[in-house]
Formats: sequence, structure tokens, C-alpha cells
Amino acid sequence: MAELLVVRAGALTTVQDRGRPGYAHLGVPRSGALDTAAYALANRLVGNPPGAAALETTLDGVSLRARAAAVVAVTGAPCPVRVCGRPVAWGAPVRLPAGAELEVGRAESGVRGYVAVRGGLAVPPVLGSRSTDLLSGLGPPVLSAGTALPVGPAGPGPVPAADAYGLPAAPSELLLPLRLGPREDWFTAASLAGLWRSAFRVSPRSNRIGLRTEGGPALVRARAGELPSEGMVLGAVQVPPDGLPVVFLADHPVTGGYPVVGVVPAGPALDAAAQARPGITVRFVRAR
Amino acid sequence: MRTLVVGAQALLIELDSADEVAALHAELLRRRDAGALGPVRDLVPAARTVLLDGVRDPAGLGARIARWEVAPLAREEGPLVTVPVRYDGPDLAEVARLWGVAPGEVPGIVAATEFRVAFCGFAPGFGYLTGLPERLHVPRRDTPRTAVPAGSLALAGEYAGVYPRSSPGGWQLIGSTDAVLWDAGREPAALFAPGVRVRFTQGDGRG
Repeated sequence: MAELLVVRAGALTTVQDRGRPGYAHLGVPRSGALDTAAYALANRLVGNPPGAAALETTLDGVSLRARAAAVVAVTGAPCPVRVCGRPVAWGAPVRLPAGAELEVGRAESGVRGYVAVRGGLAVPPVLGSRSTDLLSGLGPPVLSAGTALPVGPAGPGPVPAADAYGLPAAPSELLLPLRLGPREDWFTAASLAGLWRSAFRVSPRSNRIGLRTEGGPALVRARAGELPSEGMVLGAVQVPPDGLPVVFLADHPVTGGYPVVGVVPAGPALDAAAQARPGITVRFVRAR
Repeated sequence: MRTLVVGAQALLIELDSADEVAALHAELLRRRDAGALGPVRDLVPAARTVLLDGVRDPAGLGARIARWEVAPLAREEGPLVTVPVRYDGPDLAEVARLWGVAPGEVPGIVAATEFRVAFCGFAPGFGYLTGLPERLHVPRRDTPRTAVPAGSLALAGEYAGVYPRSSPGGWQLIGSTDAVLWDAGREPAALFAPGVRVRFTQGDGRG
């Protein structure tokens, strides 16, 4: 079987696909690629079916050696890409001769990069998904140097002849549409009104579980007591006792006991959240 | 019953008691299995709520469900799982003291209780089991343990549970079992899936 050998694992590189939705009732997080559009594009560029497993890198890329000839594509956070030391296109299919080393460099903007290989990564699925779930430990371990990643057989889809995609502009501000509920009544009307005028910053403590905020005014609770744990959705904005919103991303716990002030819709807004660097301004805008 | 819309494609139904949650959850499963609920990706019971995630029209669905007549849960409803337990937990004496009984009486009291998996959470396959009467509810430990061994039978508040794998935890540990709580290759992967009835028998812990 074709394999990719991990030469440099990077800060946090995981295998991701579309995750394992449908098992929340058993305590299993959804997981899956955080920037869903960039992940889907990477697969399209190498002619993979939509759910093929790819790599998700964090800030500083990854280096891989192809044991056999392979076709790869790098998307997500823009970064330099090299094959055997020579610059190649980002956001386009790249042919790796057998034995060649692919170097995915440090992100120039954004956080998460995606590396798809034609045929997909063929690590064993768990509950129908090859995603690494950092909250509950399901799926393959975080990448480490020396690991060999099996590559599946190429599907019938051709490698598209498309040109390289343009680099997205680095976002200076993260705007998150927020639909209030189900627990907005846990907060004072004044602090809710203030939420729309407030600027927070992306906290460096953000991860695949949630985008944490800091530096903004705390939401003030209108009631005492505790909320019994209840089911959580992707994009739920949970407010812990410190009053600073946490936006739940793919590895979020399936239940939680802090009130959810509102929900950011899945799609472009959460994709952008996945690429927001610590320190960037976050604002919440009313979703229709 | 209160229905709350959660984002664009989820609905949270809030109820007054764990019994009402169990009854509504069973009714939702019956209707889903009969093809009468419409598409729902995740159906997640919790302490006082049921979340329906991945639905098309949360507000419309909520209005429909609010009109349902939900029958109380029948006692024998749901599959029954029997789990043998060794009563060797480090908090057995403390739980016996809180219950006002001798440690040797704890296994009999637990064995006489029919538990039900109210919901899962915390970790894959960790079920929150209801069934203990209020006078037997015990608080969490003041200091959580950094590592609770896999298979520990534990109590906290209105719940009992068995740790599917070693993890930190603040529940009171009364015993242990070799039963496999979680196996991703099994269907369902969780031994304690919501709605399952559970009996703990005193034994050597081997299933």
C-alpha cells in the first residue's frame, strides 16, 4: 500500500474527515475538519470523494515523504509549499515522485492547513470516521515523526485541471453571526445589548474544542444557580462563570452545564473561526 | 414542557423531571423508528432536556411535539443489562456512612435498585444512571481524583455511573467491574446507551 511517512509532525497535526455526527447520545463528540470549506477544497483538488481523510495542520505545517508517487494538495491557511526543496503551488494539485519530500511551511496567515492526498488517508475508521477527536481520544493519535500513514486507492474522479486558487486575504477581525438562544434569558438585558457593541479578542487558549474569547466585557448573569447539563450543538456559544463567550468547535463536549447565549451557524462563520489567530478581534453580530 | 430553538437546525425540549425526560426520549425513539419524526441527526437526552440536532424546522417541530400526549415510561421498557461488581471501591465506607448502613449492606441496596441510563456524556460510553432514591444521593468528593481506574462503579448526586476508561473524576467509588463499557467495534458501542436498564449484581466483577 502507498504510504506517506511523517518526517516533521508539526505543532499539532491530526487526521480529519467529516467527523462522526450521530453518536452524541453515546457521549461521542462530532469532531472532523474545523475549516470545512478548505478541507473539502483539498479533496476536490486531488479528485477525492468529499469525505476522504486528510491532514489538518496547526500554524507550522508538516513534512511528509511519499513512499510511492502521490498527488497532494495544500489548502486552508496560506503557506509556502516545497517538494524536494523547490517551491510548488499552494491550493493546487502537486505531483510527488516516489521518495520525494513535501514540506508544508509555517502559515503566513490563518491557523489550520489541510493536506489531502489522492486516495485519501486509509487509517482505520472508528464509528465511521478517521478523525482524531482530541476531547475523547477516539480516532488515530496526533501525528508524530516516523509514523507511516497509509494511502487508499485513488477513486474514479480525475485530478481537476483547475489553476491554483487565489490566496485568501488574512482576516483582521472575526465577525460571528449569532442567533440568540436557548439560554439568553440567563443574562441581563443590559449585558446582552452590550454584546453587539463589544469587541473581544481570540484567546490563545483556543483549540479544536472551542474558540475562547478574552478582553471583552463579561456577560452578566441575570440569575443564580446552575443549569443541569444539556445537549450542545456545533457553534454553541457557551458562557462560563467568567462571562467570556466560548464558541464550540468540532471537538466540543456533547453536553455542558454552562448556559448557551446563542449559536453561530455552521459554515463560513465557523470556518473563519477555525482560522482566527489569537489576538484577532472578535465581534458578534445578530444573525437573522 | 418548554421548547427552545437552538440555532438554525436544533431544538431543545425542557422538562420538569428525569422521568419526563426518559418518557419523552422513549417516545421520540418510537416515532423516529416508525419514520414519523422526520430527519434528526442526533437525539441527545440530558438531565432535564432532550436535544434534537440536525432537524429542518426546529420551531415547527417544537410546536408539534408540544401537542403530544407522552405516556409515562413503563417499568420494563428498554433492554436490560446485568453487570457484576466487586465492592472494593475506596469510598465504600464513606458511602455506607452517608447512607447510615454498614459497608456490607451497600451491595444489597445497589442490587435491589433498577437503574436506567438517563443519558451519556463526559466520555464516550459514560452513562448517567438514575434510579437511586433521593435519600441515597451522595455528594461528590471534595477533591476529585486525578485518575479513576476504568470499570469503577461510582456515585454522585442523583446518578450512578461506571468509568469506561481511566480518567480524572470526583465521584464516590464503591466498586469495580470488568464489563466492557465501551467498544467502538460493537453495536451499540456503549454498553450503557440511553434507555438501557441496568442491574448491578455482587460478584467477582467478571462479566
